[in-house]
Amino acid sequence: MNFGKQVFTLIRLEAKLEWKNRQAVTSLLVYSLASIYISYLSFRQVLDPVTWNALFWIIMLFAGTNAIAKSFIQESKGLQFFYYSMLPPQAVILSKIFYNILLLGVLGGINFFIYSMIFQSPVQNNEQYLLGLLLGSIGLSSTLTLVAGIVSKANNNAALVAILGFPLLFPLLLMIIRFTGNAINGYSWALNQSWCGLLLLLNSIIIILSYLLFPYLWRE
Amino acid sequence: MTTKSNSISRSWWWKILAIVMLVYTFIMGFLGPVPAMPIINESIRNLYFHVTMWMAMITLMFVNVVYSLKYLSSGKLYHDLVGEESARMAMVFASAGLITGMIWANFTWGAPWVNDPQLNGTAATMLIYAAYFILRNAITDEIKRARIGSVYGIFAFVMMFVFIMIIPKMNDSLHPGKGGNPGFNKYDLDSNMRMVFYPAVIGWTLFGVWMMSLRVRLRKIEEKIHNA
Repeated sequence: MNFGKQVFTLIRLEAKLEWKNRQAVTSLLVYSLASIYISYLSFRQVLDPVTWNALFWIIMLFAGTNAIAKSFIQESKGLQFFYYSMLPPQAVILSKIFYNILLLGVLGGINFFIYSMIFQSPVQNNEQYLLGLLLGSIGLSSTLTLVAGIVSKANNNAALVAILGFPLLFPLLLMIIRFTGNAINGYSWALNQSWCGLLLLLNSIIIILSYLLFPYLWRE
Repeated sequence: MTTKSNSISRSWWWKILAIVMLVYTFIMGFLGPVPAMPIINESIRNLYFHVTMWMAMITLMFVNVVYSLKYLSSGKLYHDLVGEESARMAMVFASAGLITGMIWANFTWGAPWVNDPQLNGTAATMLIYAAYFILRNAITDEIKRARIGSVYGIFAFVMMFVFIMIIPKMNDSLHPGKGGNPGFNKYDLDSNMRMVFYPAVIGWTLFGVWMMSLRVRLRKIEEKIHNA
């Protein structure tokens, strides 16, 4: 099996396992819905676009942390042993990252839809905002996947994911909030594309670093 | 533990150099001539005691990432020890830089904390390295701790670097010499100040490395006593 095929097989395996035990996905969805509704109860209405955007990304940050923190926890010892003995660690981390991007992308889309309904959406350029959502999901998932991998080797303390992950997400969140903020204000593509380029660059840096560093975590 | 690193940390010439540079910094820093500038006035002398902290901190963080990489390739616990202690000293210098900066800002800007890229950068850096120590303390096995700590250290350094590069694009700094403020950028940092500033940078950086190497030696002695 070549490398691409290994990654693809692992993603499918992950999705199958998730589908078998739908409880995890459902709880994630309920978690985000509850956070959106709590925000609604506390804010009632968000008139300021800056606050609207910041609140959305904070909800995404918590949903993402919650979704990805368990990436390495839920597996049984046997399955981990299987991965370890059969597959290169790079395939494991890449498959986890891509799977989490899918998961968080879909979750983000649903969140965005519901959030825009509950709080009136000030977004003027929806395509750009959705692109931002995708770029943000990639960044959030890749960073948090590596952090979850780190934490899985450190006593699996779930609170550690937030402690280790949040400071590392500062640059990503700053950039993504700026990019999506521009989309809210309806900036043209020419004005916003440099932020898109920077986000792509940051995401590739994170994924390359995960690819390079994960093998050191993986070997026991 | 290698003989080479021992010989550098035990040799004395650069420690003398550090002391000489720092004594010079303190004497000339407080007594030497400085240009009269609006708003900052005499507080411009903080350049020697605040900006230099930042430089020493960056150097120590660089040592941390280099030794983390070295640990991952060699597996020698000594490399991890140097990495950990340099991160610890970097935190000390970050705190010192923050305190000197906040005292200065309180007089010059009227508030100890403002929304400024440099301040946000320092805050993020300190949070990242605080997380680094929390992670290390969560792991009891020392080989595992070294490996996982090194991985996080490398990842954290890159992200911190990106953050420091990115935020100045976000909003203008209030710092002197930036965003059109009068100050000590390369055009008006006069030659008298440069004569003190560069030695101050060298002095504080060497001092930081010295303290770090002392901590490393202390840890090694502790380990020996513990194992005996």
